[in-house]
Amino acid sequence: MKVKILGTGCAKCKRLEEKVKAVVILNSVDAEVEKVTELEEIMKFNIMRTPGLVINDKVVSSGVIPKDEDILKWLKEA
Amino acid sequence: MFDWLQNISDWLIYNIIGLSEQSQLGSALNFFIYDTIKILILLFIITFIMGIVNSYFPIERIRNFLSRNKLYGLEYLFASIFGAVTPFCSCSSVPLFIGFVKGGIPLGVTFAFLVTSPLINEVAVAVFIGTFGIKVTVIYVISGILLGVTSGIILGKLKLEYLLTDWVKKVWQDAEKENEKFRAEKLPFIKRVPYIINDAWGIIKSVALYVVIGIAIGAGMHGYIPEGFFEQYIGRDTWYTVPLAVILGVPMYANAAGIIPVIQVFVAKGIPIGTSLSFMMAVVGLSIPEAILLKKVMTGKLIAIFFSVVTVCIIISGYMFNLFF
Repeated sequence: MKVKILGTGCAKCKRLEEKVKAVVILNSVDAEVEKVTELEEIMKFNIMRTPGLVINDKVVSSGVIPKDEDILKWLKEA
Repeated sequence: MFDWLQNISDWLIYNIIGLSEQSQLGSALNFFIYDTIKILILLFIITFIMGIVNSYFPIERIRNFLSRNKLYGLEYLFASIFGAVTPFCSCSSVPLFIGFVKGGIPLGVTFAFLVTSPLINEVAVAVFIGTFGIKVTVIYVISGILLGVTSGIILGKLKLEYLLTDWVKKVWQDAEKENEKFRAEKLPFIKRVPYIINDAWGIIKSVALYVVIGIAIGAGMHGYIPEGFFEQYIGRDTWYTVPLAVILGVPMYANAAGIIPVIQVFVAKGIPIGTSLSFMMAVVGLSIPEAILLKKVMTGKLIAIFFSVVTVCIIISGYMFNLFF
């Protein structure tokens, strides 16, 4: 499974990245977490607020730092 | 409304710690404790209320509303009001800009949103109520919205689309009115509350430090700068103080939360309110970091025009404040 964190490098984006990585490791989810910082690349996902969280090319959240349980739910559903 | 809190901080500082009411340290510390607690309470209340509004009007919905409806000039006002209710994060201003361009929203309307967004947001409003009271807050909010509308209309009339960077121009040409439909979440209110509280808490955590630093600086100045100190330098009658304050403020950046308590002391010690507020708007609304972020979507010339128009509008609003108050 491919997970992407979309963000140009603000504090919120970094927090989300850490959070997602922690959830992935703690629950031994088979996922590859990638950070996308290039603006043109980010805008392809049609989000208007960063950070964005993308699982298998589908945007699951933008502009917020979701709760751990939600991140885990999305990872499991994907 | 906050008398009880004043009583608590009086009791804490003068009775428990035992500082004298007349001492500079005592009054500064009292001011600090009282203001910090009051503003943090207000911050929570306002962020929560704005969170409710935002959960029903997320940015995607606002964009679709602006791009689909014929609003006969009112789109500037709507964009500016939406800019005020949307939580501001400087790193989101570029994605927002592109999102609006993609939705086929005219550049001027997008600018109206972009100008108001940093000036008015839940954090600024909460700190404003806490330091200046409701009346000044209402005046500030109304003038911030009008500032966005006026700048947006002027920038729209200038037809500046050709000054966008190339890839944004392409996005603009491919803009589609019919975006994919916004799937409104049908969560009942009670289920939204935990999310709203979670977001509110996140916002408060991220600004709390700035608020406390701002109040600490304010409290320090409050206790140590004599009444009317600034009046000898910056009088109401000197015509150039407003433009000078604004031009000094433009390159600087501080978030609203940190600067408002400091501005309040300026006002208390004799700087005219219009001069102070226009300085604050310049600091919060325009800055070098903002210009650097916008460089990805706008050419230098467009940024310069954008900044100039907004600067002039802030200066005018500064004069108007001083005229009326």
